[in-house]
Amino acid sequence: MPRSQSPSTVDRRKFLSKVAVAGAVTALPTAQAAEPAKKSVTRGAAPPSAAQQAVEFGAVEQVQQVAQAPVMASNCGSDFMTDVMKSLNIDYVFSNPGSSFLGLHESLVNYGGNKSPEFITCMHEESAVAMANGYYKAAGRPAATLCHSTVGLQHAAMALYNAWCDRVPLITILGNTLDLTSRAGGNDWRHSAQDPVGMVRDFVKWDDQPTTLQGFGESLVHGYKIACTPPMEPIAIVADSDLQEMELPDRAGLSIPKYTPSQMPQGEAGAVREAARMLVAAERPVIIADRMARTPEGLRLLVELAELVNAPVLDLASRQNMPTTHYLYQNASRGALLSQADMVLGLEVTDFWGQINQFKRGEKTGTLRVKDGTKLVTIGVNDLYMKSNYQDFQRYAPVDLSISGDGEATLPALIDAVKVAMTAERKSSLPGRAEKFRKLHAENYEAARQAAAIGWDASPVSTSRLCMELWQAINAEDWALVSVGASEGFVSNWPHRLWHFEKHHQYLGYGAGGGVGYGLPAAVGAALANKALGRFSVNIQCDGDFMYANGALWTAAHHRIPLLTVMHNNRAYAQESMLVQGMANRRNRGIDTSKIGTAIEDPFIDYAKVAQGLGVWSEGPITDPAKLGPALRRAVQIVKQGHPALVDVVTQVR
Amino acid sequence: MTKTIILAVIVTGLGAVQSNAAEPSPSRGRDLFMKVGCYMCHGTQGQGSSAGLKLAPEPLPAEAIAQFIRATNTAMPAYSEMVLPDSDVADIAAFLETIPAARSPDSIPALKDLKASK
Repeated sequence: MPRSQSPSTVDRRKFLSKVAVAGAVTALPTAQAAEPAKKSVTRGAAPPSAAQQAVEFGAVEQVQQVAQAPVMASNCGSDFMTDVMKSLNIDYVFSNPGSSFLGLHESLVNYGGNKSPEFITCMHEESAVAMANGYYKAAGRPAATLCHSTVGLQHAAMALYNAWCDRVPLITILGNTLDLTSRAGGNDWRHSAQDPVGMVRDFVKWDDQPTTLQGFGESLVHGYKIACTPPMEPIAIVADSDLQEMELPDRAGLSIPKYTPSQMPQGEAGAVREAARMLVAAERPVIIADRMARTPEGLRLLVELAELVNAPVLDLASRQNMPTTHYLYQNASRGALLSQADMVLGLEVTDFWGQINQFKRGEKTGTLRVKDGTKLVTIGVNDLYMKSNYQDFQRYAPVDLSISGDGEATLPALIDAVKVAMTAERKSSLPGRAEKFRKLHAENYEAARQAAAIGWDASPVSTSRLCMELWQAINAEDWALVSVGASEGFVSNWPHRLWHFEKHHQYLGYGAGGGVGYGLPAAVGAALANKALGRFSVNIQCDGDFMYANGALWTAAHHRIPLLTVMHNNRAYAQESMLVQGMANRRNRGIDTSKIGTAIEDPFIDYAKVAQGLGVWSEGPITDPAKLGPALRRAVQIVKQGHPALVDVVTQVR
Repeated sequence: MTKTIILAVIVTGLGAVQSNAAEPSPSRGRDLFMKVGCYMCHGTQGQGSSAGLKLAPEPLPAEAIAQFIRATNTAMPAYSEMVLPDSDVADIAAFLETIPAARSPDSIPALKDLKASK
């Protein structure tokens, strides 16, 4: 696109699907753009805002105009940094304030007008990063975190690892004071480092410590691009305090580079044709999808592919890849399907070995779930970039065909190739497959419905009742289950067994690194994104996880973020309690002592009171299951008024 | 699947739980069910969960439960007689027998009329 072309001619839909729009100039107002007397900076094509994406997804009628930032003279380095962030259309900066980024903090809220990005006050750096994680998964675009040097990054580290394992791009901007002569002493020294990103370098994709403002601008745009190129991951850029605070009477010689997103990498064409041939030839193919559907289009494409060959889909629920109401959604028959499969196609499956093998923790051995000779094919970006220290890359899986390419981006070519490879014989067998899986899908659902009724009136409240009363309370809304903590298994997967997940945005996965303290802040970040999109956000919140990061509730109250949090309060670190008991079993001793060190009792925690203390409407603790439904309905009304609400429910362990 | 395994164990005659002089006690069984942690994976009503199979209502025969506990081949490590004597297992089985049948989901508003797809 020629540089002179008006930004208004950019086709937003094509922008979303094809991404690269070379040379477009952003029309979004920034502080700098609002000051025509100043030397203008060159801006690149910016990704669409959350509101613009809402239009794409049909969520709202019109794009809300970003309010004009106040006109204010730019006179310091951090003003330029602010404009670089604005050029990338970063909506929010999640941060806990710190002295190493005072200059940038002040520029964001004054020069930048505290809009695009807006400063979101967080009570812990770990929560700030987790909020950015959740925000990305709901909005589909990265947010930034602004992090204090050394101690701040140490706090943030676990959440960065969660984001790394979740393949989530987010922009970490880290304060630091490299020049020792600029430090006052005391904490200025303790909060400075020669290599401040070093401690998290194993789980950020790229980082830089620029020593000039121009370097900062180029590195932030470059880092944004690297973060958003699959495999998507966090990046970190140091904003040196001297650069932030340096006087900048004019911007001669400074420019902001154009941002041109990378095209999503597709699998090699010949290999894709071979995968299609194998898929058509298979009598009992199974598709496994993990972090495949990056967008709603990914879900639509997977349905199309699965229906072409009537292959059952096992959705590992890192994202909502497949509608649970579709007859080919077959999670409930996982074991049987894999044991009978003659071909398994893995789409963006991080732990493919773990899918085709069953590992026994006690014996430390794995046995194949699939038959010898089952054809195994993988498509994904995991082999394109990894690091060796932290082991989230999982065990090596020998397969027959490995295609390195983004799963969602490769699906159109695979679908076309399947259509070409389709034989008359195979086509004639497809109705039979469909009938079989329709019947199986209905039977499994009915079995789950029957199972949910067992213990319905129990106290503590059963997890089936917790989840189904919740769904009954929200299913008239445009709901999204934005967090279930580290695993939906903690509530026995009742949502995916019985709720109707039909849209990509209705489920955002879990805390991928397994680091406790993800659930609540990630939910708050996602709910912030959903607020602009008019969606009703729901969080099923484990009690142990809550206590790591309950300050996130205050952030929700302060920023008027509507979010319904329902406590799964089983009064224990229950998984660890089970595991300790299992160890005691194996050792023939102490089977009644597993609560030592794992129970959260004596005293019980009153989460409703904690929430009230943080400014959040709440009810509970609810022990009488009959009181659950009415409490949830009251909470829904609070959330619909634009506020967070919490209902504390004392529950069965799982 | 597990039921099949358990029944197979019985058929092959690996033995049954030894009888005790005293009748199994459901109330003691309920206390044991909580004390030794059965409820953590199986639920206080034996309803089962993502971590443990459904045990009730309609539990397996006490002999089958005993055999399974001693020689489980699932993620659940075996309980030996050293830590959970046969008499305790019998009491737990007696407790499971007392758990009433579940309500029909059609009698529960949150479950009534739910279908796999719209």
